[in-house]
Amino acid sequence: MLTRRKLLKGLAGGAGVLVAAPITAEARAAKTLPDKALGLLFDGTLCIGCRACIAACKESNGMPPEFTELGIGDYWDSPLDISGKTLNVIKAYRDGTGLNKDQEKDGFAFTKVSCMHCVDPSCVSACPVSAMTKDPETGIVRYSVDACIGCRYCVAACPFNVPRFTYDTPIPKISKCQLCQHRLPEGKYAACAEVCPTGATLYGPVIDLKKEIERRRALTPGTQTTYPRGKIGGTDTYQGPAGHYVARTYGETEIGGTQVLHLSGVSFDLLNKPPLPTVAPASISESLQHAVYNNLIAPLGFLGTLAVLAWRHMRPKAEVAPPAKPPTDADDGGAP
Amino acid sequence: MTTKAATHDEAAPIGGRIWTPFTAVLAVLVILLVVVLGVRFVRGIGAVTNLNDGYPWGLWIAWDVVIGSALGASGFTVAFTTYILNRGKYHPIVRPALLTALFGYAMAGASVVFDVGRYWDMWHVFMPRYAQLNSVLFEVAVCIAAYTVVLFIEFLPVVLEKFGMAKAHQKLDKALFFFIAIGVLLPTMHQSSLGSMLIVFGPQIDPIYQTKALPVLFLVSTIGMGLAAVTIEGSVTALALRRPLERELLAKLMKVGQGLTAIFLLVRFTDLAVRGQLPAIFEIRTLTILFWIETALFATPIVLLLGKGGTQPRRFFIAAMSMAIAGILYRLDAYLVAYDTGAGWHYFPSMGELVVTIGLVAAEILGFIIAIRVLPVLPKMGRTRTAPATETH
Ligand code: SF4
Ligand code: SF4
Ligand code: SF4
Repeated sequence: MLTRRKLLKGLAGGAGVLVAAPITAEARAAKTLPDKALGLLFDGTLCIGCRACIAACKESNGMPPEFTELGIGDYWDSPLDISGKTLNVIKAYRDGTGLNKDQEKDGFAFTKVSCMHCVDPSCVSACPVSAMTKDPETGIVRYSVDACIGCRYCVAACPFNVPRFTYDTPIPKISKCQLCQHRLPEGKYAACAEVCPTGATLYGPVIDLKKEIERRRALTPGTQTTYPRGKIGGTDTYQGPAGHYVARTYGETEIGGTQVLHLSGVSFDLLNKPPLPTVAPASISESLQHAVYNNLIAPLGFLGTLAVLAWRHMRPKAEVAPPAKPPTDADDGGAP
Repeated sequence: MTTKAATHDEAAPIGGRIWTPFTAVLAVLVILLVVVLGVRFVRGIGAVTNLNDGYPWGLWIAWDVVIGSALGASGFTVAFTTYILNRGKYHPIVRPALLTALFGYAMAGASVVFDVGRYWDMWHVFMPRYAQLNSVLFEVAVCIAAYTVVLFIEFLPVVLEKFGMAKAHQKLDKALFFFIAIGVLLPTMHQSSLGSMLIVFGPQIDPIYQTKALPVLFLVSTIGMGLAAVTIEGSVTALALRRPLERELLAKLMKVGQGLTAIFLLVRFTDLAVRGQLPAIFEIRTLTILFWIETALFATPIVLLLGKGGTQPRRFFIAAMSMAIAGILYRLDAYLVAYDTGAGWHYFPSMGELVVTIGLVAAEILGFIIAIRVLPVLPKMGRTRTAPATETH
């Protein structure tokens, strides 16, 4: 039947662009780490689980306490996870007797959960109103409540499940760590790193943090070494044994790399930090969009075709010239 | 030119009582929706939904927006067939199709307002200052909003006709071709983008569903759903109002739908094969079972409409139902079941979410019934339908 064939053929014009797009999509260049990128290094082997960083984060970001079954009554802030009220938590892994630090069997280990400040962040790509932005200089992924419409696309998009939403209020907003950027003008830095007694959470330029990771990996596990405490390059230090690390540095390649890097004594899979592809989903999504909507050329071309056809077929009064088409339905040939 | 006359002269309000037990039930469902939304606006989204940070999008997005607008594709598919391909004989179903689309999109738009947390700032989407051109959601939001306006304009002749505003009507007629054209372009854009929207979720969407072919799959299945919606609406209207069925036209539309479902399955399986995901669909888990149910539902119309029997109203009605449900299930699965953001998160729609979604569907049906009773939407009764030659040129 011609009707069907014609319709399909017509649609193919528009759909062709779409089909061709994924194949011909010129991948938009992967984003790279800004030169002066700032970040955190979290070394699980140094963390003693004191939760000082949770309290400091709350205080310097003006976040409310959260009461859960962990605490007794409404006395202690006791978040179990990051949430609309909590930007940073330390979580523990525990197995069997739970006696040995940083051992997968019969041991325990700590990990930090907060924004990873991705090099190519999904949340920024997703946000329709530029409420999530990446600072071009420091690479800090910021959130602006004044722009946000509360659509939660960022919440759904972030592969680390970081942005959180306040569902319990009629005036909701997104919460996420912004690397304490508001403290930078005061000459201060990330509160969680500042209070960390062992230097497990360390603040600094990502380039320096990466060098520090290399240094730690080169040490013989167990030998005493000096760790920078607070921020890298400062005078404050901490003495401790060198850690025994798993091979992976979490954040090195995950979805194109992140500015928060993790070292651990146990497999990251056990710490709820699963392996992620090295290509940023944001770059796949944006490449595809750009291919289809490249300067709106394809859509406008399609619109032009449609408009001409519609005009010809809808011209008031004028006899629609039926060039190759007889006035009857003869072209529907085979139809009963 | 008779093509135009065919629409304008032959549509008429069907009249009759608006309030019947059926419409009263619909009205009650709409009132319940209003109550739940009242609670949502006073106490927040969490008070009436089961949404959480693991499933920040639920039924309201998957059903009301994604599926609602896909069923609303009836408008652009029929407008395309009638005006772009110049199949004038489809005129009798243009208006009801546009009306279905208008309600579908209006409801999708309305549901965005109460799903979005900071709805008072929604205008940001339209301001260059805030616009984020890389965001798929930005494209979807702007495009759906624009198309809803276009749908109003496309439907406006019906209203102008009703109130005898001949002059305005004439003026609009001159420009209508442009709105028809843009009214085909916009849905192809945002319906495919509703698929692309999942791409940035990356590994959080199961590899069976996560593919760069998402925009193609969504677009193709949307057109099928739109055609199915016209067929279902046409069949039900005919049955409920004891009017003659546009049998031949609907059967032909469903033939097109048959071709589209075949294309959908072809693209889907080719894509799975290319990405090496074929073994995954033979694992036994919830998602794969749903995948096979979808596949069966997509395949049903292909089989049912083979041969001459395909023009039987019962056959094409069942085929349309199957096609629509297949598209619905595909969307629910892609948006909710294939989405997994890590251990420990669960979501099932709450009572409040269900009440709102059901209320919206009720509002659409109620609106449709009222509209066809008071506005010239459906073809005038008693006209002959056997001589297509008089209907085209
Ligand atoms: S971790 Fe999530 S919220 Fe943070 S920058 Fe990356 S995508 Fe955005
Ligand atoms: S919830 Fe706010 S920040 Fe997140 S994507 Fe939507 S508008 Fe952007
Ligand atoms: S950098 Fe600041 S906001 Fe982020 S986790 Fe540390 S203390 Fe909290």
